[in-house]
Amino acid sequence: MEKTGAEILIQSLVDEGVDTIFGYPGGAVLPIYDVLFKFSGPLRHILVRHEQGAVHMADGYARSTGRPGVVLVTSGPGATNTVTGIATAYMDSVPVVVFTGQVPTALIGNDAFQEADIVGITRPCTKHNYLVKDITELARIVREAFYVARTGRPGPVLVDLPKDVLTAKAEYVRPDKMELPGYQPTYRGHRMQIKKAINLILNSQRPVVYAGGGVISANASVELKSFAKKLNIPVTTTLMGLGGFPGDDPLFMGMLGMHGTYTANMAVTNTDCLIAIGSRFDDRVTGKLDEFAPFAKIIHIDIDPTSISKNVMVDIPIVGDVRSVLKEMLDAIPTGKRLSDYKRGIKGWHRQIKDWMRTHPLNIKQPRRGRIKPQYVVERLYALTGGDAVITTEVGQNQMWAAQFFRFKRPRTFLTSGGLGTMGYGFPAAIGAQVANPDRLVIDIAGDGSIQMNIQEMATAVQYKLPVKVAILNNRFLGMVRQWQELFFNRRYSHSCLGKLPDFVKLAEAYGGVGLRAEKVGDVDRVIKEALKIKDRPVLMDFLVDPKEDVYPMVPAGEPLNKMVLL
Amino acid sequence: MRHTISVLVTNEFGVLARIAGLFSGRGFNIESLCVAETTDPRVSRMTIVTSGDDRIIEQITKQLNKLVNVIKVHDLTGEDYVERELALVKVNTTQENRAEILSIVDIFRAKVVDVGPRHYTIEVTGDEEKIRAITELLRPFGIKEFARTGRIAMARSLRTK
Repeated sequence: MEKTGAEILIQSLVDEGVDTIFGYPGGAVLPIYDVLFKFSGPLRHILVRHEQGAVHMADGYARSTGRPGVVLVTSGPGATNTVTGIATAYMDSVPVVVFTGQVPTALIGNDAFQEADIVGITRPCTKHNYLVKDITELARIVREAFYVARTGRPGPVLVDLPKDVLTAKAEYVRPDKMELPGYQPTYRGHRMQIKKAINLILNSQRPVVYAGGGVISANASVELKSFAKKLNIPVTTTLMGLGGFPGDDPLFMGMLGMHGTYTANMAVTNTDCLIAIGSRFDDRVTGKLDEFAPFAKIIHIDIDPTSISKNVMVDIPIVGDVRSVLKEMLDAIPTGKRLSDYKRGIKGWHRQIKDWMRTHPLNIKQPRRGRIKPQYVVERLYALTGGDAVITTEVGQNQMWAAQFFRFKRPRTFLTSGGLGTMGYGFPAAIGAQVANPDRLVIDIAGDGSIQMNIQEMATAVQYKLPVKVAILNNRFLGMVRQWQELFFNRRYSHSCLGKLPDFVKLAEAYGGVGLRAEKVGDVDRVIKEALKIKDRPVLMDFLVDPKEDVYPMVPAGEPLNKMVLL
Repeated sequence: MRHTISVLVTNEFGVLARIAGLFSGRGFNIESLCVAETTDPRVSRMTIVTSGDDRIIEQITKQLNKLVNVIKVHDLTGEDYVERELALVKVNTTQENRAEILSIVDIFRAKVVDVGPRHYTIEVTGDEEKIRAITELLRPFGIKEFARTGRIAMARSLRTK
């Protein structure tokens, strides 16, 4: 029997195993919404309040589960509103498939109502994108879109759907073949390179593992742990890598980079063998490039060949899936004298690292009286949840404090916009993660600036009874901007003070959620405990924190990692 | 250093925009770019002339390879390859200089493809050097219009398609 394009689309989604769509209707996608109205299959639609929110939700869904997130929006403004979300997912390699409506093919290029060249607009921020010009291509393109989004280095894919393609009719056959001659990601590592890498490690005295988001995308945290344990190598991760290695493991040195720990930055500066795993030498990680890991031979494992030797020249590149390469490396590690000699040789290095950890720990002193320290709020969230939560963040100080003071033990529990640095990411991402994990505790650690960038999604969380928790570290400032102005612009606080803030408690209540406020140190635990009890509505916790608090350590932009400004 | 890169791509709309966008978005330089269908109508060949140090060229080839529409990337530089370019030159003529112009055309094995009362249009094919040389010789007569295709190239060995 023939189906319409809209019916083929929905059937294709079901066949891809999609269970949730984050979307917002509009003229060009009405045929799809009409199918959803009648559809009784295993597919749920979450009605968002802004299309940017939809993409961040799909992103949070994807990061927390590893399965592609799906978005459906209309043409023109519906499509352009997704761009920030798509760029966010692209920078952090998150599999998201975005379906946009488009004006009928006959009108494309005529400046029709709600027409935008979304394929052109998103070309530089998607892994790939498509304009479906004929209904006979639809099923194949949907299949390819999901395949491209989740394989290789994952990323967002956009599919633009003209209205006449949605109403045309054709037979639906799920294509068993895809035509992607130019897309063949490398998964297995090169055997000789792996052998060389193991040799290099066994001849080193001061090895360090520097792991990134690739460990999480590749589901390789178990292998990473075995690898680090077997060779007794201290581990640091990037912001994106947090949770990829247990945060409470004795080998873990914390995050490196601009706001990394003293130990991690000193270790990377002094290592003689840096093993970069699923990480891409971002400028926030390396600091001044010429002085990054100056004594190290570098091994770099990554599925994306363009990441290798892009910023830092590496000695042993290994292109492949992090998980399969780590497995191959584990098998290639010799036993016996060679291994025990190596382990003896790195004892001094471990002593040095213990020493750094002891002399420069990350901690914060919260006076009993006086203002609440934002770091203290994160510490209490960690303590009172037992660390068992999915944490999302906004961008800025809140993000860095969450990264520093919450010890992520498991992968896919820390969702943050690392590459693009998108304010307004955390709250919708938390909603997406909550939709995907209804029984888990999901907390957005937010700032008073960022939370206002997608606050409208409060209505979505209330409508679907999602018990997302938001902890606003409210310092009445765009804190990270203020910090930079304090340190680098001689305290000229140009437009970084949010002069007028809404009453967040009343705002939450106006949406139908719960609002709680902590003004004194003594309120913090009570507010968190109260929030944790609520299971049927979103909760917004407004923590009035010390506005003067800065994030330390800090490596000023362009300085080498060992030139940290310490508290 | 200058590199000539031959790229096989799927013959779809938007592919050229992807390649051009990759170069502009990452600050790479395009000196010339030629595209046309191959014997297989589903595949086009692009010949891109670009320049940069080894690291930039490595990034360019890797980034090209990463595009889903790109089937194969082959940097011809440093290999034995042939390259050709075609130029059309419309040059002013007078009664007196026609013979001289024709002899230049002859020397370069070029062709006059259009004649008017006061002009010749000359077609010349060759590598960059040859095109430059004939252009310089024709310049004193007055070049009214000039168009060239940009380079296409092919490796001499049988190894490549």
